[in-house]
Amino acid sequence: MENDKLEYVLRLGDNALILGQRLSAWCGYGPVLEQDIALSNIALDQLGQARMLMQYAAELKGGEATEDGMAFFRDVFDYHNLLLLELENGHWGDTVVRQFLFDTFNYFFYTELLQSADERLQSIAQKAIKEVTYHAQWSAEWVIRLGDGTEESHQKAQKSLNDLWEWTGEMFTMDELERRMVEQGIGVDVAALKTRWDDKVAEILDLATLQKPEDDWMQSGGKQGEHTEYLGYVLAEMQHLPRMYPDAQW
Amino acid sequence: MVVTEAQIWDWLAEVKDPEIPVLTVQDLGIAREVLVKEEGAVTVKITPTYSGCPAMNEIEQNIRQKLEAEGVEKVQVETILSPPWTTDWMSAEGRRKLKEYGIAPPEGSSADKKTLFGTEKKVTCPHCDSRNTKMVSQFGSTACKSLYQCQDCKEPFDYFKCL
Repeated sequence: MENDKLEYVLRLGDNALILGQRLSAWCGYGPVLEQDIALSNIALDQLGQARMLMQYAAELKGGEATEDGMAFFRDVFDYHNLLLLELENGHWGDTVVRQFLFDTFNYFFYTELLQSADERLQSIAQKAIKEVTYHAQWSAEWVIRLGDGTEESHQKAQKSLNDLWEWTGEMFTMDELERRMVEQGIGVDVAALKTRWDDKVAEILDLATLQKPEDDWMQSGGKQGEHTEYLGYVLAEMQHLPRMYPDAQW
Repeated sequence: MVVTEAQIWDWLAEVKDPEIPVLTVQDLGIAREVLVKEEGAVTVKITPTYSGCPAMNEIEQNIRQKLEAEGVEKVQVETILSPPWTTDWMSAEGRRKLKEYGIAPPEGSSADKKTLFGTEKKVTCPHCDSRNTKMVSQFGSTACKSLYQCQDCKEPFDYFKCL
């Protein structure tokens, strides 16, 4: 039972960490200074949320476990983040659309996690929801700006949306672990978030003059540790230093 | 040495935020609770403004150094998450100091941030007090600020956003 919770908390931590790591690669490369700073800020929030979750996971695991150990000494198959978050950043539009699809989900997710029977998850959610609200506003605004922008930005944003759509199904598919967590009142019923997510996404895409893709075959596997080829590269970069010099300190 | 909680709070009022050095940890409402145990062991509970706030480690160190310099032998600084920090906790004095420093203080209470994808909020320019200002970016030089520009005096400024 405690193992279930550990795995569940780690999944959430993995989502935050992998997205934070991906976004931090934009630092110094943003199209304009303000947006470079915006993405770095969002990356930092994700990292902060990952730390809260991994500290909790380390406590649940007990013994010698630490948050750094969770982040730096687990391999691809031990990571259970959503596949959407490990994909390459692509161009600005790809990153913005991915952020919008996930932020909108994350907003509804943490809104529900506020009701968790687990006190620690509840307090993490109280902290995270405030930040995620700002992220969701920012990425929705950018989707509108790109979609309802120039002909080129519209076309590119539409293509990003079409390309990323097959990676969104996994957010709303419940597996056994999630079912058990929902039964205990700890976890969130993500399948039940789908309608709210669809409505909000449709509303923003409408303002952005973009076409909402039809739900078709969806990618899955991230939550079970089956990943795309990209995650290995993310981890290689992120984990290189602590693996080469395990005793390194600031 | 026997210290009182009131004495500890006075000392905390001298510990500055490393990123906005006109504010103290007390102005910001980061220090939440002080416990004095037997024979001078002191626990200070602090809460982060943002979960990824990079200043937290330094704030923790600064609190420890300050109290140790005042002669407290055992200092423990604990981080708590709940209730989550809100700009509502910022003192009136803190808001005044922010404005003087050129950063627009948070306007209204955090509760008005209720709508997702809501409309942008009107902020008063800390330089000329004009309400005719425009948001340049949701995110500013630190996690807690947005970037604005005054349409009247044309000065760009930071806004300490509501959380």
